[in-house]
Amino acid sequence: MASLVGSRVERKEDKRFLTGKGRYTADINLANQTYAIFVRSPHARASIKKLNIDKALKSSGVVSILTGKEIADDKIGGLIAGWAIRSEDGTEMKCPGNPPLAKDNVNFVGDPVAVVIAESLAEAKEAAEKVEVDYKVLKAVTSTADAMNGDTIHEGIDKNLCFDWLLGDRQKVKEAFDKADKVISIDIINNRLIPNAMEPRACVADYNAASEEITLYTTSQNPHLSRLIMSAFGNVAPEHKLRVVAPDVGGGFGSKINVYNEDIVCSWAAKKINRAIKWVAERSESFLTDIHGRDHVTHAELAVTKDGKFLGFKNETIANLGAYARVFGTVTPTYLFGPCATGVYEIPAAYTNVKAVYTNTAPVDAYRGAGRPEATYTIERLVEKASMELGIDKTELRIKNFPTAFPFKQTLVHTVDSGDYVAGMEKAKQMADYKGFDARRKESEAKGKLRGIGVTSYFEACGIAPSAAVMSLGCGVGLWESAEVRFNPTGQVTVYTGSHSHGQSHQTTFAQIAADELGVPIENIDIVHGDTDKGTFGMGTYGSRSLAVGGIAIVNACKKIVEKGKRVTAKMLEANPEDVEFKDGEFIVSKSNKKKTIGEVAFACYLPGVRDEMKSPLPEGDEPGLKETSFYDPSNFSFPAGTHIAEVEIDPETGHVKLEKYTACDDFGRIINPMVVEGQVHGGLAQGIGQALYENAEYDETGQLMTGSYMDYTMPRADNFPEFNIGYTCTHATTNPLGVKGCGEAGAIAAPPTVMNAVIDALGGQEVTMPATAEKVWKACKNLKKSNAKAA
Amino acid sequence: MKDFNYHSAKDSKEASKLASSSSAFLAGGMTTIPSMKLGLATYKDLIDIKNIKKLSGIKVSGKSVTIGAATKHVEVSNSKDVKKAIPSLSSLAEGIGDPQVRNRGTIGGSIANNDPSADYPSACIALNATIHTNERKIEAAKFFKGMFETALKKGELIEAIEFQIPEKSSYQKHPNPASRYAIVGVYVAKHKGDVNVAVTGAKSCVYNDKEMSKALTGNFSSSSIDGMDLDSSEMNSDMHASADFRASLVVTQAKKAVDAC
Ligand SMILES: Cc1cc2nc3c(=O)[nH]c(=O)nc-3n(C[C@H](O)[C@H](O)[C@H](O)COP(=O)(O)OP(=O)(O)OC[C@H]3O[C@@H](n4cnc5c(N)ncnc54)[C@H](O)[C@@H]3O)c2cc1C
Repeated sequence: MASLVGSRVERKEDKRFLTGKGRYTADINLANQTYAIFVRSPHARASIKKLNIDKALKSSGVVSILTGKEIADDKIGGLIAGWAIRSEDGTEMKCPGNPPLAKDNVNFVGDPVAVVIAESLAEAKEAAEKVEVDYKVLKAVTSTADAMNGDTIHEGIDKNLCFDWLLGDRQKVKEAFDKADKVISIDIINNRLIPNAMEPRACVADYNAASEEITLYTTSQNPHLSRLIMSAFGNVAPEHKLRVVAPDVGGGFGSKINVYNEDIVCSWAAKKINRAIKWVAERSESFLTDIHGRDHVTHAELAVTKDGKFLGFKNETIANLGAYARVFGTVTPTYLFGPCATGVYEIPAAYTNVKAVYTNTAPVDAYRGAGRPEATYTIERLVEKASMELGIDKTELRIKNFPTAFPFKQTLVHTVDSGDYVAGMEKAKQMADYKGFDARRKESEAKGKLRGIGVTSYFEACGIAPSAAVMSLGCGVGLWESAEVRFNPTGQVTVYTGSHSHGQSHQTTFAQIAADELGVPIENIDIVHGDTDKGTFGMGTYGSRSLAVGGIAIVNACKKIVEKGKRVTAKMLEANPEDVEFKDGEFIVSKSNKKKTIGEVAFACYLPGVRDEMKSPLPEGDEPGLKETSFYDPSNFSFPAGTHIAEVEIDPETGHVKLEKYTACDDFGRIINPMVVEGQVHGGLAQGIGQALYENAEYDETGQLMTGSYMDYTMPRADNFPEFNIGYTCTHATTNPLGVKGCGEAGAIAAPPTVMNAVIDALGGQEVTMPATAEKVWKACKNLKKSNAKAA
Repeated sequence: MKDFNYHSAKDSKEASKLASSSSAFLAGGMTTIPSMKLGLATYKDLIDIKNIKKLSGIKVSGKSVTIGAATKHVEVSNSKDVKKAIPSLSSLAEGIGDPQVRNRGTIGGSIANNDPSADYPSACIALNATIHTNERKIEAAKFFKGMFETALKKGELIEAIEFQIPEKSSYQKHPNPASRYAIVGVYVAKHKGDVNVAVTGAKSCVYNDKEMSKALTGNFSSSSIDGMDLDSSEMNSDMHASADFRASLVVTQAKKAVDAC
């Protein structure tokens, strides 16, 4: 049987999606359901003086109106940060309470204060307008850079500082800088982004008074984790009385990791009113209240010798957490950021210091890449600047500082098991025709245009993550993954995974893996995920972990099936289990060449007996049935890496940046399905290029979101991109049996510095901040013209 | 969205009779419906005018192109007649919004709305259009009064827009990257005798740039406006473009338009 791993198997999920048969949360309608509308703060920071629902209660169709008071009275818990970060001085991070409905204070525009539940959506909306809230408006803190000087947002949290964290050794870095020939320094802003999943968040909560069970359908990337949080911290219901279902989910990008206010409120309220409640976010609510991403202000320095060896690295960053610290809010700018900030280079001394601040803006949390795009942007902008200042070719300078051997003990935390960075660089240069760039630049110049080329070499740490490691760093849970493989008596297979697919094609790629492991045709394998009532507990999908952690759990469960199959075959064929081999779905006794198919073995496992004989095919000690579970805890992160090269052409008269060429040469380890990987790379690149050239979440000084719709927030569109030039080098990961690394975030990690390095190259080294909008670039072009005139 | 009454008018007369101070005509609905959904506008009555036959269609005579008010953007952009007579007008229509918007939005709705960043108003000015209503004919130069303001009276219905066919013309838009409305759009039309340079997006309302028109009437070459330093004091300034950037773009887009003629 030909191996399916590595081939472009068509996506099993496409039939459903392309024919409109997907079943998303908003498609679910329950008998007698009600509709919820949330009353949200129009102010970024205010105290609630009075909240009057009398008029609203009289509005037609209203079933119930609940506020922060009721939720506090019922002792429903708030939203939480999932990682405890400790400051450099040893103190624990400071987190404010974040009740699902605000009672006393609101801290960002969109913070919910009440929920109106009515018979119809229109009636709920109408009544919501009649809820009277008397706010005392307070001065908002909105700037990341100045947050520490602003008014105190949360009582007791001085300087709005959650933590002041250090990774690395300041003294060693100082010594390295003292020895340097040159110090390159840079000030950068990592712009705030809004994830904008195509499907807005939604939930439908149901209560069964007889079984006392709450069922929550919600747009989640990790239903099991959501249930745990809602039960253990939200006090919504004990875990066995709470079922969380995340059906088809239309994109997450990190924004659907969190348990949100609406999930908790609707679940709690459904029980209170003993009826189902449906809530679907409007797009403007998504803009305001989905978690946002990035938002760093960074000063970084690189100490170098004159021939381009890197000696030391400093990174001083202020990270905006928004109004509250959420699930991955505190780990994103620390352990997902700091360790990767030294990039793919051997740098003997380094530190990263992060001050995480609260502001009166939407909470900031993990968004595609989470911390690693910010890290890569920092180091790669700095390296590009070093190449300009040292006059060393940008690719040579990088190669000079690449690790020479693997495993590569990276400066701060990680030991990278495998990779070949030089090969990746050489292949990327070829793919991009790096040599031909000068000629292309001249052609552009002849047309009155400016042309630039930008390079990024990155690595990232994903496949999160070894439980012992993450828990030692403050994570509230272990980050293993589970899988359960069940044979039916007639030989088809159902694989239950704790991962969740919301665009990643698990139904296909996981089935490819199981098909190869078990020798069962892919049509006979179903992947089930997204329901806490089906399958074992799982940690969900984020941090490019589904394959490298979840996929391995599937492999291991399959291996257990095969082991049992060998024992059963041995008993049936009266051989020694050690003499049974398994290949392409057949158990073969090597000595006699007798065999049983895996289907026959499965059948035998379920019906342990034969007519006319008192004999079980099962060996002593083996139970009937064929079902195995694996909880896989990885031994290390996985480390995709690669080199990307971008070329831009700029019209100096309009400041328009045209991305002419984009080359991505990535090492994702073994590739299960090249078509799916291409899709992931394309999507990541679109978001990364979006950050560099288009997207920006902007608040004014009063905390109003200025880019609260697609009229002002630039979502990139297909016509903004060239045809992507994608290639791979492939070194297998040595830390997992499939040799896989992860591909979900690479595009979003590598693209921003690649594009910006090209833009800045075209602009003769002048800095512009992301996104490189026409006006910023136009201004830089004017300056360039002036300075060129002066020089001439 | 608040409840409203829906009416479908069978002719202009019925439509204007149904109109009141709390009604709107429903053409493509691409402006009206989103404003109602967002609670920015409320109407008691929506009067659908799409079923009025007379309002749709394109007619070309020797000197002019006449487009019915309820003609959709997609019809203008696909029309062979328009492509032949005034190619820049069909390409303008092709550059409005996205396919969904072009499949519903209408020319009449666009100019009645007079969004300061809309594309069609610049065509009306540049192509010396006459706006035909159920009551009168209005010259484009007198039609666009200010931001979202036109010469239309309550209940007055645009029936058609008549464009003068120029010798040469081109529309060059620098789109807002998010909405793709015009940050600045410049429509240059060379008629016998004079040149119009209609500008949208730059100020609170579309206008004919006299200075550039004069320079180009004298010498129809982009060099005659190159480096022109426009007064930016009345130009719009927002997070997408400052007044100075807009002033510069007006000249740049005008030059591009002249070169493309
Ligand atoms: C996503 C999006 C992107 C867009 N991008 C662009 C763009 O790039 N460039 C651009 O120019 N426009 C753009 N538009 C606007 C689009 O062109 C609209 O179609 C147009 O503004 C209104 O036309 P309508 O037929 O939809 O009018 P409607 O929404 O039906 O009506 C708008 C107003 O015009 C009045 N009205 C309509 N017809 C008449 C008539 N015959 N006589 C008198 N009054 C009338 C109505 O009473 C109402 O007040 C965009 C719209 C959207 C939603």
